[in-house]
Amino acid sequence: MGRTLWTLLRRDVSLIVTRRQDVLTVVAFFAIVIMLFPLAVGPEPEILRELAPGAMWVAAALASLLALDRLFADDWRDGTLEQLALIPQPLALVVLAKVTAHWLALGLPLVVLSPVLGYTLGLRGEELVVLPVSLALGTPVLALLGATGAALTLGVRGGGALMALLILPLFVPVLILGSGAVSQAMQGGDFLPHYYLLGALLVAALPLTPLAVAAALRIALD
Amino acid sequence: MSARPRIRWFRFSSPPAFHALVDRLVPWLWGGAALLAVAGLYVGFFVAPPDYQQGNSYRIMFLHVPTAWMGMFLYLLMAIYAIIHLAWRVRLADVMARSLAPTGALMTALALWTGSLWGAPTWGTYWVWDARLTSSLILLFLFLGYLALHAAATDREKGGRAASLLAIVGVVNVPIIYFSVKWWNTLHQGMSVTATDAPSMAPSMFAALLLMTLACWLYAAAIGLRRAQVEALERSADAGWVRRVMLGETDAGTGQHDGDPGSAVLERGRH
Amino acid sequence: MWDGIGDFLAMGGHGPWVWGSYGAALVLFLAEVLLLARRRQRVYRMIRRRARAAGMSGPSMNEGGGA
Repeated sequence: MGRTLWTLLRRDVSLIVTRRQDVLTVVAFFAIVIMLFPLAVGPEPEILRELAPGAMWVAAALASLLALDRLFADDWRDGTLEQLALIPQPLALVVLAKVTAHWLALGLPLVVLSPVLGYTLGLRGEELVVLPVSLALGTPVLALLGATGAALTLGVRGGGALMALLILPLFVPVLILGSGAVSQAMQGGDFLPHYYLLGALLVAALPLTPLAVAAALRIALD
Repeated sequence: MSARPRIRWFRFSSPPAFHALVDRLVPWLWGGAALLAVAGLYVGFFVAPPDYQQGNSYRIMFLHVPTAWMGMFLYLLMAIYAIIHLAWRVRLADVMARSLAPTGALMTALALWTGSLWGAPTWGTYWVWDARLTSSLILLFLFLGYLALHAAATDREKGGRAASLLAIVGVVNVPIIYFSVKWWNTLHQGMSVTATDAPSMAPSMFAALLLMTLACWLYAAAIGLRRAQVEALERSADAGWVRRVMLGETDAGTGQHDGDPGSAVLERGRH
Repeated sequence: MWDGIGDFLAMGGHGPWVWGSYGAALVLFLAEVLLLARRRQRVYRMIRRRARAAGMSGPSMNEGGGA
């Protein structure tokens, strides 16, 4: 059972990575959105520093929307998804493998890149560690929620914009906790409660959202 | 007590029985809503004294609080119907969920509108990002997302099931969103204005609030049931029972009787 | 409690906000009721039309009833 899922995960990661374009697009989008903040707000370091946690997290949330419409759509169109629904492993586990692959290829690069971009907005010292850790805890939740939206809008016309409408409201808690952790660190406060709550969201989302995604995929496959 | 007959609720999941039930209930619901609203407005405007701090602007509360409550309550109710829809494949539950959504969105929009108009004289600004207004705004987006997903699917049956699933996902998230927004608000206490708390309530204020809440509830029930009835008719316009019910025909020309109306299921809608 | 209709409408200086709230509620509730009533009439008409069409095309198989 583990082997099948492992193979699926490797297949998905290599599919995304060899295409390269998606990874590049998402990473570039993330960097550009962050670049827009100084250009729109002005280069004053104090203001940028004040905005940094929110800007980083908003950029990450928007970037995590980008390639979502491809998460199931390709496999759905060429019939792979139907085959995947038939393998003995529960569809929810298949979903979990696919979302993991998606996050490894498209979410992890944002986490890795975030300290550099955070530095340009004026984050320093400990904050440059707090930020990527908060992203590492939060963006998987965004990917899982995003997968739910992607599965619900599978085969729906105008799916992309609709998906954003469906899932952005659900991103709110993660955004609050994630940027809150960085803000706390900036004020010298205790950011661990934010981490615990982000972790709790992740622990709750890991088993629950794949079930919802699997149910949504079955509706689309019907 | 024990002799009380058990009501067979699932009987009303058959469309003809539901149709008849709505026709019987709705006039009473309208009447009750109108009566309670008049009573609530009378108590709210002519009995309840002005608030010593907020003056007369607090009277917006009699509209703001009930609509905000109804918005949340209708979302919860919609999710319960969504669960019934997916778990027992009762198609009428989808009709009910879909019919409650526009009224829920309307109530939430009104809560936002009245909240901001209440805020103007109280805070000196029409909008602050306080916890209650912010979560109402998010709730409005959840309603709109449900409606958009329901409408977007090319297959109404599939769209309904996807929308029901979304409602369930949403209702799981609503408490998390609500508490995170509240927490966010307390963390940024220094930046925001303190929220208008309900003024220390005189009994007459409480009575007005209660009457208006009940009026809103009956209004939502009346319009939700009526919309569900129309939607069910629309989805199965060619079904035999629709013609029997609407035109009083004994046989709708198809020569098809479905003997026990209780066993009939809502026929597949036309796409 | 109120000093005439003018005093009532002024709401102690808070009139615009109070009546803006209740007015919007009235307009929106009325709009919802009227829109639903119109939709109901439309659906009823559609059902009658279809029933009539079905009744006419009933005996002879090839008449009417097309789309």
